[in-house]
Amino acid sequence: MLKVLKAGLYTSIQDLGRFGYRDIGVPIAGAMDQESVKKANLLLENDENDAVLEITMTGPTLQFNSDTYICLSGAQIVATLNNEPIENYTVVKVMEGDIVSYGRLEKGFRGYLAIKGGLGTEKVLNSRSQFYPVTYLPRLKDGDEIPYIETKSYEPKISEVKIEEHFDLGILQVYKGPEFSLLSDGQLTEIFAKSYSVSKENNRMAYQLSELITGHSHSMLTSGTIPGTVQLTPAGRMIILMKDGQTTGGYPRILQLSEESISILAQKKYGDELRFKLS
Amino acid sequence: MKSYPISIKPFGERAILVEWPSEVSESILADILDFMDAFKEKRISGWEMSVAYNSLTMVYNGGFIDFEETKAIIQECHKNQTKIKTQRIQHLWTLPVCYDLEFGSDIVEVAKTLNMSIQDLIGQHTSHEYVVYGIGFLPGFMYLGGLPTSLEVPRRAEPRLKVKKGSVGLASKQTGIYPQESPGGWNIIGNCPVNLFDPGNASPCFVKVGDKIRFTSISKAEYKLHKIEGEVGIYKPEKVVLNA
Repeated sequence: MLKVLKAGLYTSIQDLGRFGYRDIGVPIAGAMDQESVKKANLLLENDENDAVLEITMTGPTLQFNSDTYICLSGAQIVATLNNEPIENYTVVKVMEGDIVSYGRLEKGFRGYLAIKGGLGTEKVLNSRSQFYPVTYLPRLKDGDEIPYIETKSYEPKISEVKIEEHFDLGILQVYKGPEFSLLSDGQLTEIFAKSYSVSKENNRMAYQLSELITGHSHSMLTSGTIPGTVQLTPAGRMIILMKDGQTTGGYPRILQLSEESISILAQKKYGDELRFKLS
Repeated sequence: MKSYPISIKPFGERAILVEWPSEVSESILADILDFMDAFKEKRISGWEMSVAYNSLTMVYNGGFIDFEETKAIIQECHKNQTKIKTQRIQHLWTLPVCYDLEFGSDIVEVAKTLNMSIQDLIGQHTSHEYVVYGIGFLPGFMYLGGLPTSLEVPRRAEPRLKVKKGSVGLASKQTGIYPQESPGGWNIIGNCPVNLFDPGNASPCFVKVGDKIRFTSISKAEYKLHKIEGEVGIYKPEKVVLNA
């Protein structure tokens, strides 16, 4: 068991998502920055869909009750194993009773902790990703215990890699959304010539941008939305849906982020700047 | 069976949006469901499809899509869909609603706005069949069409931070049930004790798009009974097959 001594700000169990239930309104959920998760699982020679911990800004304190190997990835957050610093993208052996804790966030916003063999919580609707009301709770709480399989010894093929991180990238690559043609020339200029900042309203469901553009009065029938959909409200607010975002919406879908840009945005926090670039 | 023109748009790297004429109509919905049956006949794995009124969002979980190639498959399915013999079974579900003031926190206000008695409001709400045009917004939330114009009220000026699970609401041309506690701006007129989303069930949502819903008024005692029956798993909502 992995014992959660302190859960941190918002720590949850995530795999790559829950597929096959969008027709009944279930968002895919899953890790926000999938690029970082895949790399950590790859280093541990896990399946890329193995469940990991997603850590947001302030990390948890965790105690391992059997031997295993872990790999951290994503945001650069100061982390220690029994008070000794550990680095991202390095396979680290942990022993029974060891404690991993987190300190200051240096770069990015969401960190990941992958474990050899993956976290072993029960799958609900074919995924381990925490999302309320599919799972009982949306995230971890103090005292939770998460099962995993003990690994006494293991020779990693590669024990560490240098990763070109995407935290400093401020450009989101986008495609035209279904209602792109509703945008006026003036709105197009505003969207692509200016930079925007992440508002306080940012979470696993959606990122709102602080600056407004010219609004609109288009009304449309509710239609499908997916992670990375940029909605434009009548007031001119851009809302970018993320992994826990609702499966349908009634605002014009003006842009659609590339998959890679969803991972880039997942590492942005309040106040960070970004620009859109049309593919 | 009437067939409508469709438009096919790319929607990012892994999705395609297929749109029918922008109307809320049972005949358009039938055309969409026929198309889905025809596409499923192709047995291409990895696709998820979700309907909302006049549109179908098709998401591919197997990787990035070749838009032109997929568009050709969609057009072919749409052209030939009338040749497919559909095995679709649709149901009319009767869902109990308790309109007691304890649950219907806005019912007095709504009746006043609509200039009718609470009895008339309940009478009208329970005398229509509503078509399920989509499931989304929240897991198990049904977009229902067919509300009589006499029951149209604007949504609340200030949304509530918490609307109770099971709350039955009215908002402009729509009526619906909140399947979980959530924030919401609809006017609440009652509560339905039936669990509309059960993740413990392999098929978590018993209602399907294309089904119909009818509400029936129940007392507080019946409400409590159905609630308990639901919790122990013996409550089965009443259903009739529409297209046997």
